[in-house]
Amino acid sequence: MNKNSEINTNNKNTFLTDYCLHLADNSLILAQRNSAWCGHGPILEQDIAITNISLDILGQARNFYQYTAEILNSSKNNSSAAVTEVTEDSLAFLRDNREFKNCLLVEQENGDWGKTILRQFLFSNYQYLLYLQLQNSADEKLAAIATKAIKEVTYHLKWSSEWVIRLGDGTEESHQRITQSIHELWPFTEEIFINAKYENELTEDKIAVDVSVLKDAWYKKTAAIFAEATLTIPENVFAQKGGKHGAHTEKLGYILAEMQFMQRAYPGCIW
Amino acid sequence: MDLHDFPALFQQKIDSETKIEPLDWMPDAYRKTLIRQISQHAHSEVVGMLPEGNWISRAPSLKRKAILIAKVQDEAGHGLYLYSSCETLGTSREATINDLHSGKAKYSSIFNYPTLTWADMGAIGWLVDGAAILNQVMLCRTSYGPYARAMVRICKEESFHQRQGFDILYTLSKGTDEQKAMCQDAINRWWWPSLMMFGPKDSESNNTDQSMKWKIKRKTNDELRQQFVDMCAEQVKVLNMTLPDQELKWNTETQHYDFGEINWDEFWNVVKGNGPCNKERLDARRKAHDEGEWVREAAKAYAKKRAGKNKHIAA
Repeated sequence: MNKNSEINTNNKNTFLTDYCLHLADNSLILAQRNSAWCGHGPILEQDIAITNISLDILGQARNFYQYTAEILNSSKNNSSAAVTEVTEDSLAFLRDNREFKNCLLVEQENGDWGKTILRQFLFSNYQYLLYLQLQNSADEKLAAIATKAIKEVTYHLKWSSEWVIRLGDGTEESHQRITQSIHELWPFTEEIFINAKYENELTEDKIAVDVSVLKDAWYKKTAAIFAEATLTIPENVFAQKGGKHGAHTEKLGYILAEMQFMQRAYPGCIW
Repeated sequence: MDLHDFPALFQQKIDSETKIEPLDWMPDAYRKTLIRQISQHAHSEVVGMLPEGNWISRAPSLKRKAILIAKVQDEAGHGLYLYSSCETLGTSREATINDLHSGKAKYSSIFNYPTLTWADMGAIGWLVDGAAILNQVMLCRTSYGPYARAMVRICKEESFHQRQGFDILYTLSKGTDEQKAMCQDAINRWWWPSLMMFGPKDSESNNTDQSMKWKIKRKTNDELRQQFVDMCAEQVKVLNMTLPDQELKWNTETQHYDFGEINWDEFWNVVKGNGPCNKERLDARRKAHDEGEWVREAAKAYAKKRAGKNKHIAA
């Protein structure tokens, strides 16, 4: 391999691992947020449902991290320097704030039940469209993970859509509460559909999904569900962005502080 | 048949190992005892989600996090089966839950102890679920059909819970000095409260005699407790740890382990509400219920609207 093509492969690998980390971080951070409902849900059946969604997306995150670790370890094996092995846990627990690539939406606070299910709806609506296409990725591993996950996400989208409708068209209080949550979360939706560098670099080879083309379908579905829920989509909202390349809201630091506590306090242990 | 034959017929069924079903005649006291016991059991599952739920956000690996979430979710499922069994006796889930929130109904005192370190997830699985299983295996053969059938399902999942708990401790016991210390500390803190889970001594237990006669229970508190001690005294050796009881000793005559006296003052104190987390646990349940009120109201209102619309369409 000549030097130029080696650099090229290295770059491609970095884009691929960044992309995998982005997909993994999205799922992990939302799983972490949702799992805080476990034992505290409004109805036992729904406590089980939100916890189950948490478990599903945690599973997706693990698949993406494991794949990332595989790529990183094999590229390290090619170089002579002895390095510690990368694992799903080192990726989840030993990276800091600026290295996380999740979109800002998933790190937003749980708020009340309405805010949590709305965040889930906005995210699942995107994730459904994303995985639908990622199933055809030129990268077989990514395609396989998406194919497995799409069944779960189909249910998450259905479940959260039903809740948005129920709360929007429920009582006056529930309508007001979820409207408030729409205003709080809407600024974080735009970012999802702006391709980050790693997405741009991988779309040509059909490895990553071009997220900019998902926006119309996402908006259409959101508008349809909101209409049924008698809710309105806000207009002229300033979009917050940055999470996909590591510029987060202050909230992520606290999520990581709690989530990473054990691995930071007791480094190098097996659990 | 004369009315006074019902009690005799009922006891006959019990004696011949025929399950009692929801529509069968049963003495009021049998029904009351079952409602008390099953609802207490259901509440224990639901309150029991809290001490372990406390560590979901801080689980030390992704695998452990996934297992813990699945486990706590199972407890919620157990709560559901048991509330349903309770409903077959003519008491609504709402009323049952209200009794928990008002402090009228009890739940297992073990959940009033705090989970301070990760090792507590292991100790709860091994000791608390281990103690619960002995009780629940017995309850698979309890005389009330719906309760027995719920228990069969629950037992399958509980044995997985116990194994995962032991596995957490086993991993710690093979780890660093800090991990080993964490493991021993958790065993020290959870051992005695686990022994208390079997309830008062037979000589002090008001409910045991009648429950045995009705075959709601098939083993006494002391029998189950002894079985538990015998089991754990052996298993702890695999961990290279010790149980915090100087008097624990194999007795060749009885073929059982002798063990020290339980601190019954502590037991009754926690039962009466003075345990380290009684207030916290109940507050957390009440808070979840109160904050969920508007959600339940909205769901109800929406369902009503939908029913109205469908009626309109049908007309």
